[in-house]
Amino acid sequence: MKFAYYPGCSSTGTSADYEKSTRAVCRALGVQLEDIPGWNCCGSTPAHAVDTELSAALCARNLDIAARLGAEKLLTPCPSCLSNLRHAAHRMEDPAFRSRVNELLDEPCAETFPQTYSVMQALGDVFDTDLIAQRAGQKLKGLKLAPYYGCLMSRPAEIMRFGDPENPTLMENLLAACGAEVLDFPLKTDCCGASHGIPERSVTARLSGRILQMAQTMNADALVVACPLCQMNLDLRQRQAAKAAGTEFNIPVLYFTQVMGLAFGLSPRELGFEKLCVSPQPLLDKLAAARRTDASDRKVNS
Amino acid sequence: MDVINLVQARDPSFIQDVESESGQHVASCYQCGNCTAGCPAGFAYDMQAHQIMRGVQLGLKDQVLGAKSLWMCLSCSTCSQRCPNNIDVAAVMETLRHMARREGRVAVPRVNKFWLSFLDTVRYCGRTYELGVMALYMLRSLRVFTDVDLAPQALAKRKLDLIPHGAPDGGAEAVGRIVERYKKRCEREGVRP
Repeated sequence: MKFAYYPGCSSTGTSADYEKSTRAVCRALGVQLEDIPGWNCCGSTPAHAVDTELSAALCARNLDIAARLGAEKLLTPCPSCLSNLRHAAHRMEDPAFRSRVNELLDEPCAETFPQTYSVMQALGDVFDTDLIAQRAGQKLKGLKLAPYYGCLMSRPAEIMRFGDPENPTLMENLLAACGAEVLDFPLKTDCCGASHGIPERSVTARLSGRILQMAQTMNADALVVACPLCQMNLDLRQRQAAKAAGTEFNIPVLYFTQVMGLAFGLSPRELGFEKLCVSPQPLLDKLAAARRTDASDRKVNS
Repeated sequence: MDVINLVQARDPSFIQDVESESGQHVASCYQCGNCTAGCPAGFAYDMQAHQIMRGVQLGLKDQVLGAKSLWMCLSCSTCSQRCPNNIDVAAVMETLRHMARREGRVAVPRVNKFWLSFLDTVRYCGRTYELGVMALYMLRSLRVFTDVDLAPQALAKRKLDLIPHGAPDGGAEAVGRIVERYKKRCEREGVRP
């Protein structure tokens, strides 16, 4: 199975671990990812906040290259990239908008674009949870995980088409297939403070703090995310959030691909665990202990 | 309490402009307040989301385009999701942001400065360059100690690239041309890029 692939800018820096674990998990499942050659930034929040046509032009260049590759489906790990690519394709159905965007490009872009999906959606569509469960040889028994989608993955509903926009359940299904105990996390589609981390830190610290506080109250071993910006706000900025809340947090924040990779028996190194700011060691120790108990139980029973 | 003189302060064409640019029927807002109740950034707003909507209906252009809320909005679309009249409130907020920028009215300059710094690195590299964004933002905003507490960990974990990764295969140059054409068109059309 082959897909065109748009890694997004954070893949080369802040979320290199997401990138590494996405590729590792796709490899393990026999999914081939073909990078769009010479891909550029989708413009993220700043481009659409400044101008919708500029944002669409930045996206259209990538969609156009993917279309010329003959790709039917384009995958991206990042919900913000996904949102921008989908918004651009949607807005360009309007001929007047399309011609304004084409004016900004070197040459008019392809008439039809490939459909764009998040890596999570594609894995959920292509593999049913039974297949994932079969592949997950190293069950994550004993791990209590809090799934957190953030706001862009499922909203706006008509563009993102990701199930219930305030109660998506795909990540829960994937994590459960890996054998983890999945918490019913009430803040799973609340906003983490997004791109205000730099200019308006207090907003991000407060919103991320609420999410971390809830995960702590529910005794989660980790928060599991699908968005590079959510991950950065909850992990790298965890101490800022704790300071703002007058408390302490110690909650590892993992990408869902890192968790799936663990269940597939891949090593923490292959999944970029060394990039995590809050140490995932307690979680890895807990998992190792559970697996030891399991192994000795089997020995006793046999 | 502030008193608004509706005779002097109203710009009746405002609601038409907002509706045609956003594609949303703002007139159908009946002030239930669902948007405000769900807004995660509401605590940092000077006008709440439903007040912004009412302001648009009343034609209070000056007040609405001068609101800090437009810049504090996180674009999470919770408001749009929960509107019983199917108004995409987030799209209205975005349109108002665009209108305010075009009129040179940016009530929270540092948010705008951050966005412009981000877009500058995209213009020159074709891709985001995080250290560059930080440096440009510090220069623009004169907030030189912003996030220095994060630097040791971000660098130790190699979260930040020290040198920019430009988009290869002509990508960086192509993006430069897109931004150039955009700026020239803004100039031609007399709007602020």
